[in-house]
Amino acid sequence: MTNIPETGRNPRVQIRLVVIQVLVLSLLLTLGGRLWYLQIREGAAYAKEASGNHVQQVVQPAVRGSILDARGVALADNETRLVVSASRTDLLKMPDDGKDVLTKLAGVLGMTPKEVQEKVRLCDAKTPQPCWNGSPYQPIPITDEATPKQALQIRERAEDFPGITAEPEAVRRYPSPGKANTAQVLGYLSPVTDEEIKKAQNTNSPYLRSDQVGRSGLERQYDKQLRGKAGVTRYEVDNLGRVIGQAEADPAQPGDNLVTSIDARVQRIAEYQLNEAMKEARRQHDRNTGTNYKADSGAVVVMEAKTGRVVAMASNPNYDPNAWVGGISAKDYARLTGKSSNYPLLNRAIQGQSAPGSIFKVIPTAAAINAGYSFDGPYQCSSSYSLGGQVFKNFESKGYGPISLGRALEVSCDTVFYRLSHEEWKKDGGGKPKKHPNDWFYKTAHQFGLGKETGIDLPNEVTGRVPDRKWKLDYWKANKDAWCRTGKRNGSYAEKIAYENCLEGNRMRAGDSVNYSIGQGDTLVTPIQMATIYSAISNGGTLYNPSVGKAVISADGRTVTPIKPRSHGKLPMTRQTRDRIDEALEGVATRGTAAWRFGGWPQDKIPMHAKTGTAEVYGKQTTSWFATYTKDYSIVMTISQGGTGSGASGPAVRNIYNALYGVSEDGDIDAKKALLPTPEKTLPKVKTDGTIASPKVPKDPAKDQQAKKKDPNAPADPLQPATSAPPSPENRDTRRRRRRRGSRRLPT
Amino acid sequence: MTGGVNSFQVSGYGPERSGWTRLLARDSVARRLDWPILLSAMALSLLGTLLVYSATRNRTELNQGDQYFFLIRHLLNTGIGLALMAGTIWLGHRGLRTAVPVLYGFSLLLILLVLTPLGSTINGAHSWIKLPGGFSLQPSEFVKVTIILGMAMLLAARVDAGDRQYPDHRTVLQALGLAAVPMLIVMLMPDLGSVMVMVIIVLGVLLASGASNRWVFGLLGAGTLGAVTVWQIGVLDEYQINRFAAFANPELDPAGVGYNTNQARIAIGSGGLTGSGLFHGSQTTGQFVPEQQTDFVFTVAGEELGFVGGGLIILLLGVVLWRACRIARETTDLYGTVVAAGIVAWFAFQTFENVGMTLGIMPVTGLPLPFVSYGGSSMFAVWIAVGLLQSIRVQRPMSA
Repeated sequence: MTNIPETGRNPRVQIRLVVIQVLVLSLLLTLGGRLWYLQIREGAAYAKEASGNHVQQVVQPAVRGSILDARGVALADNETRLVVSASRTDLLKMPDDGKDVLTKLAGVLGMTPKEVQEKVRLCDAKTPQPCWNGSPYQPIPITDEATPKQALQIRERAEDFPGITAEPEAVRRYPSPGKANTAQVLGYLSPVTDEEIKKAQNTNSPYLRSDQVGRSGLERQYDKQLRGKAGVTRYEVDNLGRVIGQAEADPAQPGDNLVTSIDARVQRIAEYQLNEAMKEARRQHDRNTGTNYKADSGAVVVMEAKTGRVVAMASNPNYDPNAWVGGISAKDYARLTGKSSNYPLLNRAIQGQSAPGSIFKVIPTAAAINAGYSFDGPYQCSSSYSLGGQVFKNFESKGYGPISLGRALEVSCDTVFYRLSHEEWKKDGGGKPKKHPNDWFYKTAHQFGLGKETGIDLPNEVTGRVPDRKWKLDYWKANKDAWCRTGKRNGSYAEKIAYENCLEGNRMRAGDSVNYSIGQGDTLVTPIQMATIYSAISNGGTLYNPSVGKAVISADGRTVTPIKPRSHGKLPMTRQTRDRIDEALEGVATRGTAAWRFGGWPQDKIPMHAKTGTAEVYGKQTTSWFATYTKDYSIVMTISQGGTGSGASGPAVRNIYNALYGVSEDGDIDAKKALLPTPEKTLPKVKTDGTIASPKVPKDPAKDQQAKKKDPNAPADPLQPATSAPPSPENRDTRRRRRRRGSRRLPT
Repeated sequence: MTGGVNSFQVSGYGPERSGWTRLLARDSVARRLDWPILLSAMALSLLGTLLVYSATRNRTELNQGDQYFFLIRHLLNTGIGLALMAGTIWLGHRGLRTAVPVLYGFSLLLILLVLTPLGSTINGAHSWIKLPGGFSLQPSEFVKVTIILGMAMLLAARVDAGDRQYPDHRTVLQALGLAAVPMLIVMLMPDLGSVMVMVIIVLGVLLASGASNRWVFGLLGAGTLGAVTVWQIGVLDEYQINRFAAFANPELDPAGVGYNTNQARIAIGSGGLTGSGLFHGSQTTGQFVPEQQTDFVFTVAGEELGFVGGGLIILLLGVVLWRACRIARETTDLYGTVVAAGIVAWFAFQTFENVGMTLGIMPVTGLPLPFVSYGGSSMFAVWIAVGLLQSIRVQRPMSA
């Protein structure tokens, strides 16, 4: 049939063709098997990797809510700053590691290339500041003070500045309206730590790498409300980072605004007056130590007596809270926390504790009534009280004869309280105490809220101390070893004390209870505790938890969550006792120890009540205490190593009252000049667009008050409304990867 | 019908029949064509069109703003390929036998032209000739065909003439010399992938020709030795070495040389069983895989059509190869057997290398996937090869 020989069919060729066919088949099966392995067995892992590849998150940080004063004036808000940042990952992709770009950038920003280089290097053990200690994948801010012109230059020549961005960002700002510093109350922010990120990972408010967290004060206490929720938009991107679709969008929720009961003007005056009083104290000679008073620290609290709300709270020394914005420098940090700094970060109104001295006496007064003594007495006010071999002297060794408890408060007669306390000590068994002693004087102090936190809405409040039997025992257990080691029977004063403490420090001695009765010895209180107590006396006996936060208002003003005053108990006294004490404290202001500071005060219109205190601290100068109240406010001031209560703190407190009520030096009340004759009742309005209507605060209310003294016809503060708008939410954290891979081609 | 048509009607006697009758007649060309190969190749080309379109519709820097640019061209290439196949069938592999020296000489001339200033470099390989009108030619693709034809002509000449049972050493040496000349030129380009394919073709051709085992194993040994030498003396360009290094360790520098393989494997792996759906692959849409319309076209199938689609492509290529093996075994003359076997070696290795590199089991080289990858020269060459296979089948005696 064919003329072609079947040469292709010889056996060797046929066998080899079968070999080829088998080889081909095995190659194809290999491909199929590998395909199955990649797609079916490992498919899920690769799918995950692919989604990580093409989904990029764009994080929109939430704008932090503002902290407002009672009238809506911003104490802490945000300002929009132009932040120029560099992406390290992009820079490192360049052949010269971005040196050229950074040099060009330095030229635009008017910095030296070295400065810019140092900003973008990563911190490690060998690298000194400045360096970047955040995530290397986060854009590193080079400056947050770029001018619009510089930003424009960078943006318009984006191809010259690969990896460099210039974008507006919201930066925290503490504007100090009317020079009210309010530093310790507001607190500060600092960058979130890795630990916190990990901890909050699975909660409903996770942190972003770029987040700032409130570290103290209101910023910390109300961090959750102020922070808001960052928006995350997930974009599908291509290999060049170009967006090709939007996967998910979760808009940013701006943080809520916190309205406080602080009045910026009163706050300023409180701070100013405290500082002036301390300056004045340093000019005064202290007879006991032979030097001028050191007046090393002080605090003042202005509280609404009927609610416990804090109108002003000042602590001295203070600091500029803006030092924390944009990362604190090492120098500033040392200045704020170093050993020689005197710790300005401490809020001494809630964290400073010292013996209260005579402002404590309202407590033994109530204790005596509760123990069954009558208010009227009479009680012998001798110039001294002997106990064993020891003589306890009356203040300035003055005797007043037989007097009532009220009069004892007025003239601050120590011996009356010595005697009562000693008598009770003896009733409780004296040196061999009964099994269940009454301890009226200590129990009452606890009932007044001493020895524990007041519950103010500020972090890290300290408790103070009531030196009762239990405390004595615990304290002795903790310290007896040291006392017994250093104590000497016939040594120095300190050694003798240690010796005594070693022997019987676990027991309540007669001298202890005598000392305690006038707020001396181991008793410790904080200014906020005393303000709470004097407010309670003013309001009829309710101990309120002091509060700074008044309401939380959402950014659009639609949701208002008021923070209601809460109480933690009643004063342990009858209405009648309260009235008698109230009467006595009014006497202090009119004819007692504080009268000389309230000369010309319109007592008939604004009844003033006061108690002075001068606490002695071993090895230090006396602590000045001054506790006062009217029907609406109570003001407590203290100056450490400042002298006497009325002497050092009196004028300052009087001036704060003058400002609140518009009282002039000669006692006239000018309602127009009154800053806050009655506590602020309404809340500021936050409009739906986020703006807040607030009155304008004069440049410096304290200076105005000083000026008014000189010029009684000075016009009242203009109450022009000002509007503060929140910053635009344009500060996007676009972590785009700019790859250059698009140009990579595959050689064939 | 002209006389030309008659020339490949093997049983060319009997009464004149009408066109339809002749088409459907048992001995007609249409009936004797290997339809599984033709349909599989068609299916692969059309599937390729969709995949190429999916890979390029967003690549504005490549498609000159026309998303159908590559789709239309791929279809056009397929059409030209079909025409070339028909022409090859019409001429017949035996008819071409006489023209082999001319074709071989012409292909040598073309690859030599590449080395002149007329040649141009694309992706590191200097293997292209720019033609007017934006077209370019890759002569090494055609050299694969002429090597097969040339070697087969030499090796089968005396066997088919009935002089010898197997090709003698002299003939084998001549055939190797014939293959070595263009291979050396292609190596100079350098186009290592094509050289590798040619080595495999030479092996397949020798194996099928019945040449002595000594030649086959000797060549295998020489090939291995050559590869080691080339590696050692640094003839390879840096990019070529890097690719092998990246193959050995794919995690090495995932942003650099390992990038291609990594992204390719992510694309395929994420496809799963049924894929993300045509045009819905994120890796493809996001252009994460470079050269996706040509060398990495399989990743589009892997991602968007999943195991089902990728498996289908391998299956269709398997059908082509399986049928081609049958053609090689069933044809009666050694020339036809050797040509078919050479094509099998070519397609099989190129498929394995191309798909294998996207799956990470072979190092990356610039080789297209037959029928599926975008590229005119490759498309034309594989369709000419299909034409040769069809011609071998059509011209073999009826088994009845």
